[in-house]
Amino acid sequence: MSILINEKTKIIVQGFTGDKGSFHAKEMIEYGTNVVGGVTPGKGGSTHLGKPVFNTVAEAVAATGAEASITFVAPAFCADAIMEAADAGIQLVCSITDGIPAQDMMRVKRYLMRYPKERRTLMVGPNCAGIISPGKAMLGIMPGHIYKQGTVGIVSRSGTLGYEAAAQMKALGIGVSTSVGIGGDPINGSSFLDHLMKFEEDPETTAVVMIGEIGGPQEAEASAWVKENMSKPVVGYVAGLTAPKGRRMGHAGAIISAAGDSAAEKSDIMRSYGLSVAPSAGELGTTVAAMMAKL
Amino acid sequence: MDIHEYQAKELLAGFGVPVPRGSVAYSPDQAVYTATELGGWHWAVKAQVHSGARGKAGGIKLCKTYHEVDAAARELLGKRLVTVQTGPEGKPVQRVYVEVAEPFERELYLGIVLDRKAERVRVIASAEGGMDIEELANTAPEKIMQVVVEPAVGLQAFQARQIAFGLKLNIKQVSRAVTAIMGAYRAFRDLDATMVEINPLVVTKDDRVLALDAKMSFDDNAMFRQRAVADMRDPSQEDPREVQAAEHNLNYVGLDGDIGCIINGAGLAMATMDTIKYAGGAPANFLDVGGGASPERVANSFRLVLSDKNVKAILVNIFAGINRCDWVAQGVVQACNDIDITVPLIVRLAGTNEEEGQRIIRESGLPIISASSLTEAAKKAVEAARAHAAS
Repeated sequence: MSILINEKTKIIVQGFTGDKGSFHAKEMIEYGTNVVGGVTPGKGGSTHLGKPVFNTVAEAVAATGAEASITFVAPAFCADAIMEAADAGIQLVCSITDGIPAQDMMRVKRYLMRYPKERRTLMVGPNCAGIISPGKAMLGIMPGHIYKQGTVGIVSRSGTLGYEAAAQMKALGIGVSTSVGIGGDPINGSSFLDHLMKFEEDPETTAVVMIGEIGGPQEAEASAWVKENMSKPVVGYVAGLTAPKGRRMGHAGAIISAAGDSAAEKSDIMRSYGLSVAPSAGELGTTVAAMMAKL
Repeated sequence: MDIHEYQAKELLAGFGVPVPRGSVAYSPDQAVYTATELGGWHWAVKAQVHSGARGKAGGIKLCKTYHEVDAAARELLGKRLVTVQTGPEGKPVQRVYVEVAEPFERELYLGIVLDRKAERVRVIASAEGGMDIEELANTAPEKIMQVVVEPAVGLQAFQARQIAFGLKLNIKQVSRAVTAIMGAYRAFRDLDATMVEINPLVVTKDDRVLALDAKMSFDDNAMFRQRAVADMRDPSQEDPREVQAAEHNLNYVGLDGDIGCIINGAGLAMATMDTIKYAGGAPANFLDVGGGASPERVANSFRLVLSDKNVKAILVNIFAGINRCDWVAQGVVQACNDIDITVPLIVRLAGTNEEEGQRIIRESGLPIISASSLTEAAKKAVEAARAHAAS
């Protein structure tokens, strides 16, 4: 088991024939992901990387039974692509795109709510590295070889910090059930909490690493839930201790603008709810190892 | 992205928000001419800088004669205004806004923000204008009124009315306040703002409601469809290194430490800065070199980091996903050959093609200190910066 995706999940690539879409779709297929086709409006009927191309997501779903999609679509058109996937019944949309306007994301989230819960699309991202269930499937842009298959879940805002955690864990012989990047934007399709709930339900996952950063209330909200509801131990880390107030640190959402936004405050909140907080990013792996030893 | 007060007022007025009559001036002569054109008895001459708390810093002068307008403009123009928000270096005053000053009876607060918790737009108002809203939220939260806007339909008139009545306005004032609130919301929505703050929104003796000050910030991600707003950018208000970085599509934030950082990924960049601090050092900057780190990008990053004279060592930390370590290594070697780097250089490469990247660094014959982990890289950088400072 794993969460969100496995070797059977049927996946389509939106923006399939573009440079980025082609490059990463190829990597995903080589990793063993079950990519069943792709969508590029105007190129329907052709074949790309040995897979069929469709004009619309609805056609792709009808022909392939696709359940999940990944978007490599330019920021101006990405909200539209996500809503198209939701309308076509895609259950999981992962958006890599960096630069989607915040008000577009607000509309996307409102749009997803129009479907009843049982068929509502879960969105991951935007501005994220994607999802990987090591040894099974990759719906993202990460280097697959740094992940060892295992039982620790990772949920991270930042792509590269998620890599850092996975590589440190691999070096210590610890593997990953699924790693999810929720993305660095102020409004995400899904939150830390959404994925912690999935990891809690997943019988294969035994522990979770949650990697946050400055800005927004999500880490605090997720930590409170961990204390009340989670049976599995959680290691936490928050990047941005040295970030000055009011300055945007690369990610659109990484800015200290309100009380509770700073890394020090978030780390304290995590500790107060019983999470093991890694003292530095260089000690993510050893903190997980120490926690695993206690299981 | 931020804009000046006069620009925010111009935009808001276009959406029906009443503002006092005023005009921008670039010289004392122009300021006096503007005052004569505007008419009236009193004028406020306001320094245009991207900062709040200008009044307390002496950036706003109330003038009763043309002579005083001239003196105020002379004093403000060309100087750097230091407020509690700008830091000790302040921000340059290159334009002043001359505005007709009218007596008012009440000061209110109106703010519109992108609320990350609700993932909606939130309208905030208070009868305590002129105060710091965050302070008020802590000390007297019951004095703050808030409504969350449903994105499918936008702010409704009844919501604006609820706020206006909550502000204890009379019926004449309520309808004018509703116009101001609805206009400010439409400006927020249509121009892809992330923040509109009217503090204070004043009520005059004759029941008019006016935006006496105005501040707007915008979503950088939406500037591709907001050309008119994007053109209002004033680079003089930004850190020159950040302006230079933006020209090369690099994300840079200057800090006051001495270890220059070149890193891929915003999260890893922040975490590397934190690890430097954890190892006893201080980072000089945040710099995300980004996904496709070509040799040119790497070279531009080096130039930018080295333009900070405090830098005593440079740490390059790459965890390559989309990037490839061999490309980054080639970029580092090329930058070392093109630029005279006189400070120690520490390089850590991990991820895609890391062995090839490390080989290129090793075989370059350059005095580059290699590190294999994040912690080791941070420690070596702190030691090297200390040794370099002592030499």
